[in-house]
Amino acid sequence: MLLIKDLHASVEGKEILKGINLEVNAGEVHAIMGPNGSGKSTLASVIAGKEDYEVEKGDIILDNQNLDELAAEERAHKGIFLSFQYPVEIPGVSVTNFIKTAINETRKAKGLKDMPAKDMLKMIREKAELLEIDRKFLSRSLNEGFSGGEKKRNEIFQMAMLEPKLAILDETDSGLDIDALRIVANGVNKLKSKTNAVVVITHYQRLLDYIVPDFVHVLYNGKIVKSGGKELAHQLEEKGYDWIKQEANA
Amino acid sequence: MSKYTEDDLREELKTKQYEYGFYTDIESETFPVGLNEDIVKAISKKKEEPEWMTQWRLEAFRIWQAMEEPDWANVNYEKPDFQAIAYYSAPVAVDPNKTLDDVDPDLLAMYKKLGISVGEQKRMNNIAMDVVVDSVSVATTFKKTLAEKGILFMSISEAIKEHPELVKKYLGSVVPQKDNFYAALNSAVFSDGSFCYIPKGVKCPMELSTYFRINQAGTGQFERTLVIADQGSYVSYLEGCTAPSRDENQLHAAVVELIALDDAEIKYSTVQNWFPGNAQGKGGVYNFVTKRGLCETNAKISWTQVETGSAVTWKYPSCVLKGNNSVGEFYSIAVTNNYQQADTGTKMIHLGKNTKSTIISKGISAGKSQNSYRGLVQVNARAENARNFSQCDSLLMGNECGAHTFPYIETKNKSAQIEHEATTSKIGEDQIFYCNQRGIDTEKAIALIVNGFSKEVLNKLPMEFAVEAQKLLEISLEGSVG
Repeated sequence: MLLIKDLHASVEGKEILKGINLEVNAGEVHAIMGPNGSGKSTLASVIAGKEDYEVEKGDIILDNQNLDELAAEERAHKGIFLSFQYPVEIPGVSVTNFIKTAINETRKAKGLKDMPAKDMLKMIREKAELLEIDRKFLSRSLNEGFSGGEKKRNEIFQMAMLEPKLAILDETDSGLDIDALRIVANGVNKLKSKTNAVVVITHYQRLLDYIVPDFVHVLYNGKIVKSGGKELAHQLEEKGYDWIKQEANA
Repeated sequence: MSKYTEDDLREELKTKQYEYGFYTDIESETFPVGLNEDIVKAISKKKEEPEWMTQWRLEAFRIWQAMEEPDWANVNYEKPDFQAIAYYSAPVAVDPNKTLDDVDPDLLAMYKKLGISVGEQKRMNNIAMDVVVDSVSVATTFKKTLAEKGILFMSISEAIKEHPELVKKYLGSVVPQKDNFYAALNSAVFSDGSFCYIPKGVKCPMELSTYFRINQAGTGQFERTLVIADQGSYVSYLEGCTAPSRDENQLHAAVVELIALDDAEIKYSTVQNWFPGNAQGKGGVYNFVTKRGLCETNAKISWTQVETGSAVTWKYPSCVLKGNNSVGEFYSIAVTNNYQQADTGTKMIHLGKNTKSTIISKGISAGKSQNSYRGLVQVNARAENARNFSQCDSLLMGNECGAHTFPYIETKNKSAQIEHEATTSKIGEDQIFYCNQRGIDTEKAIALIVNGFSKEVLNKLPMEFAVEAQKLLEISLEGSVG
């Protein structure tokens, strides 16, 4: 589904990603771990098509199509979803209005008509229930005054509504208490299927107890320096990142 | 990369012509340029006005001559040469007895281009329209329905002839001739405008609407609007403007007076879309307007405005809360882009006891524009328990525009409660990227963010106007994030 080949990317002239190779197939869950500043969030932004990042070299291919030429919204239309580490506030735009716009814009890009209001409401109700989201929450301004947990739950709610092919969860566990973490992880697990894939970016192993990865990759200094199964996450939890750094620098 | 960047967008929009920038070739009768007592008399004569009106105009003209153009507003522009303007222009062959069918087909075609076909409006929108093109009313509809309720809705010229007692009593009662430079000028040379009277206890069954439009090149337009809501009555009045593009600056100095007698309510909504000038700041309308309402006991006046047009705007729809328990409201969205300058706000003058006022102002600046909010809340000594709440929010797009807030508070009564809140924010690249990532393109993202920002004010507009206003906001701000 997703194929990343020798990806080099920089921001403001500084090279952050220095040759990433990654393959994610449908039905898989990948975890990308690594110490602070290793390039995890940059990788997520580059895949999503953020303009500030310059791809110097390499390819990002989704379903045999090179994404290089596509703007962020076009990538979203192709089924890429990024759950933001720090979701932004948009005052005066309700959660419902925002997701309605997102869905209909995506449909428009595919040559479809707006989703009928009845279907939209039904879908919103179902997905809100899945994530234990209160109806009142849906009429609030997007992310304005939301707690950390509410913001992340709202991200996963949007993911549930948009039904992406590839979901990238950037530090979705940060700022979550254990209950919120459980709800978010349950939501993600229920949304998983044979036809979609999830990339979980996390600093800690904690989230991976709930969203169990098929593969774990360690990103360090802009490169994937180690890959393995879920046991690699446990190893990192026990031993920290120092041994990885030593291995990588050796 | 073939990616459509913001730069591409900006480039494309620079070349986008002003949507309503066409010129309809209608035979016009225009006075020679310049202003003196003879011209004032000629205007009055042309309109077959009674002597008292001619004198009133002349009085205004003499006052105006002794006045100087104000320059305290936060705007810079080349002062108009008042002797280079033609003060009267009317589409030829206007006959007040004409029906819509008799109206110049060119004119009707122009409305169609604007999407305001009178016939269509008439049938579909249940709006009575008094369409003003270059100063003279061309078509008035729904007059009958209104007449049954005793509502008078006509051009001010007709009112001067048909209802002199009302005009004499109220014209200049809220905005006197000597009020300010532009009001004095308007009083001397106003060509036409609308007049509306709602009798005691009558709730006007429909939204009253007037479309103004500057058409003749080099012609200043000076409308005069007078709305009187008698005791216990209610009226909602809509005013919308578009103007064709011109290279020379066009002066627009209107006066609007509202009178809400005891227990009456007036809701006055404006969507203003005069030509703002091109991307280089050339051309555009100078909009120097005086709008003021007077509230008697328990009366309420609510101003709602969406200002997207004009090169320079100088406008402060105000309320004089004279009667006890009267209420004044001001809801405003002012958008400036390219080289536009706006200095707009309100004055709430609390004279009566238990008077209340609310001010919600949303300023959106883009391009190289300057957007100022200027507001005065004044509580006089006898105004026990006066209350005011003001909120002024500014939204900036890009790094070259400016937002300014000048709130003045003067209170002479210790029981007054005045609150003022202000915020300034900027549309961030992070907000745009967030929307992009959800499949919403940059253009749509800006519209979404701006609409969210303006929601409190848009909600105050009558439904059919709100949709139009929303569209206008989007058009005005296209491609302005940088």
